[in-house]
Amino acid sequence: MLELIETITGVPAPLLFGQVLLGLINGAFYAMLSLGLAVIFGLLNIINFTHGAQFMMGAFVAWMLLAWAGLGYWWALILAPLIVGFTGVVIERLMISRLYKLDHLYGLLLTFGIGLIIEGVFRNQFGSSGLPYRIPPELSGAWDLGFMFMPVYRGWVVISSLVVCLATWLVIEKTRLGAYLRAATENAALVQAFGVNVPRMITLTYGAGVALAALGGVLAAPIYSVNPQMGTNLIIVVFAVVVIGGMGSILGSIITGFGLGIVEGLTKVYWPEASATVIFVIMAIVLLTRPAGLFGRA
Amino acid sequence: MTEISRRSVLAAGAGFGAMPFSQARAQAANTIKIALLCDFSGTYRDVTGPNELACVRQAAAEFANRGFNIEVVYADNQNRADVGSNVTRAWFDRDGVDVVVDGGASSVALAVNDVVRDKNKVFLNSSSATSDLTGRACSPNLVHWTYDTFMLAKSTGGATVRAGGDSWYFITADYAFGHALERDTANFVRAAGGQVLGQARTPFPGTTDFSAFLLQAQAARPKVIGLANAGSDTINCIKQASEFGLIRRGIKLASLLMFMPDVHSLGLATTQGLICTETFYWDLNDRTRAFTRRVQSELQPNVPLCMNHAGGYASVVHYLKAVADMGVARAKANGAEVVARMKAMPCDDDCFGPGRIREDGRKLHPAYLFEVKTPAESTGRYDYYKLLQTTAGDEAFRPLAEGNCPLVRG
Repeated sequence: MLELIETITGVPAPLLFGQVLLGLINGAFYAMLSLGLAVIFGLLNIINFTHGAQFMMGAFVAWMLLAWAGLGYWWALILAPLIVGFTGVVIERLMISRLYKLDHLYGLLLTFGIGLIIEGVFRNQFGSSGLPYRIPPELSGAWDLGFMFMPVYRGWVVISSLVVCLATWLVIEKTRLGAYLRAATENAALVQAFGVNVPRMITLTYGAGVALAALGGVLAAPIYSVNPQMGTNLIIVVFAVVVIGGMGSILGSIITGFGLGIVEGLTKVYWPEASATVIFVIMAIVLLTRPAGLFGRA
Repeated sequence: MTEISRRSVLAAGAGFGAMPFSQARAQAANTIKIALLCDFSGTYRDVTGPNELACVRQAAAEFANRGFNIEVVYADNQNRADVGSNVTRAWFDRDGVDVVVDGGASSVALAVNDVVRDKNKVFLNSSSATSDLTGRACSPNLVHWTYDTFMLAKSTGGATVRAGGDSWYFITADYAFGHALERDTANFVRAAGGQVLGQARTPFPGTTDFSAFLLQAQAARPKVIGLANAGSDTINCIKQASEFGLIRRGIKLASLLMFMPDVHSLGLATTQGLICTETFYWDLNDRTRAFTRRVQSELQPNVPLCMNHAGGYASVVHYLKAVADMGVARAKANGAEVVARMKAMPCDDDCFGPGRIREDGRKLHPAYLFEVKTPAESTGRYDYYKLLQTTAGDEAFRPLAEGNCPLVRG
């Protein structure tokens, strides 16, 4: 069997399995970030370009909690999304809420600007080489799968990301709160007429989307160095994922996130130099053939 | 008593009015304008950026009373060659800049090098790695100060091969610098009887996850993985290599270019035992410690000094010595002449000690092979390196004849 795979693909089977697994791990980050973006876009109609900076803030808050308050990884997993989510609520109330009546472009420019400012502030304060954040002792170590060494922590990332994605999807599709959210997306004025406080719901949705980004940041902190650029590098790819999945589609962003992680991983085997561009090539093809994205409604 | 005519009053008034302008012109003619170009916002910010600016300003301050003015300006190159050459052109054409310091990433430096040569100004390169700057791209207007890929390959690469690491796989940043470092190191490995099993070229900038490339490297079963990259790329590679158990399986990492801020960022627990080559370390001797004390208050908190920063200081000091020697007017008129004068004068500064600049623009000084200390060995702030080996300047760098620099008549 292994030989067969090797003959067909031209790559040693262990290497191929390893890359698919790694792709899945990267896909977990793509999925979680694009999910937050999709939720925000679905309800607020805002393309949240601050998302990368908020992902980075999640990692930094985890670092700060450890360095300044002595609170470890598990606390950070809960507190960092709450803290960063709260800053998101403030940003939404003070700035973004003023732009709902305007074209998408204004929201995009505003959030892009806020993202640059946040990154600049962190860069000034903490430099660009990054800060160390260690894997928690409970999750350190690795499993020897034969074809590769699988760090326990990476497995944890995939599983927790899957759980978070599914939970978000369930909340939006299967609960009463989710029904309100979806209804407000369709017709906010009508939902408000039924006595639902739509502006507050919008604010909290933005906060929740931001908290998802921050949670991704905490999960990423032990893998990458905690540095101010960590979000910028990821966010461009994540936007491509959202576009391919269909703007605002929750399930689309989850499936596309994991799927494109795997495609990218395979590209690294066959043509490493192209691994940074393959997702954008797919994006171009999808936009040409299905402009609303794979799972979007036209 | 002569009568003062209305016309002479007017003339005097006009003359008075024009005075500030002519004064300003006179001042500009007596001012050396130094421009620092490097990364202030990206992956190489800590190893160049604000600390290097502090060092260049320190050099300027030390020449404050030599009868001419010095002005320091700076810009972010964004690690892009087009940005670097446009900024440099504007500096020369519009702002009256006389000398560009550093340049930053190799791709940017190669572009800036052409502009400086065209305009006959001076280019004091500190942090760029590519040995092509003193090879096929060498220029009469350039001094390449701190280090280059050949020196790194010889020092770190050579030491690793001698220690038994004779089969290599490279993880290479996919641009001018990475290619040059991979090429120079591969030559050493092969010359020492070792073999190169392959390489993965990683997109630059923008790669944060190197695990896929590390796994590919592992599949080739090398004894050594050569990291032909720098900054946060190297940091992520080292971190992820230990995460994926490569080190435990007996594969050695050769961080061909690693700076003090990288070690600081990763922490000693992750980097202990790694070897790297720098030409400056703050705790090397009394002179380097004295220099560090002088600039300390101006440095970024949490970013230690590295050789690039020191190179910015030392190259400007030597340049200003040449300017003081030949006069500001001549120095401003002809960049190539200043560089010729710099080559003729022996160098001596607190960071690199005595040395000289070769015909092809290569600054020669000793290269130090360091091993990163264990957390237990480190006794103070930034006490990270122990010295393993010193290579004299004449031996550390590529022999003059092998560089194919058109300036060198062979």
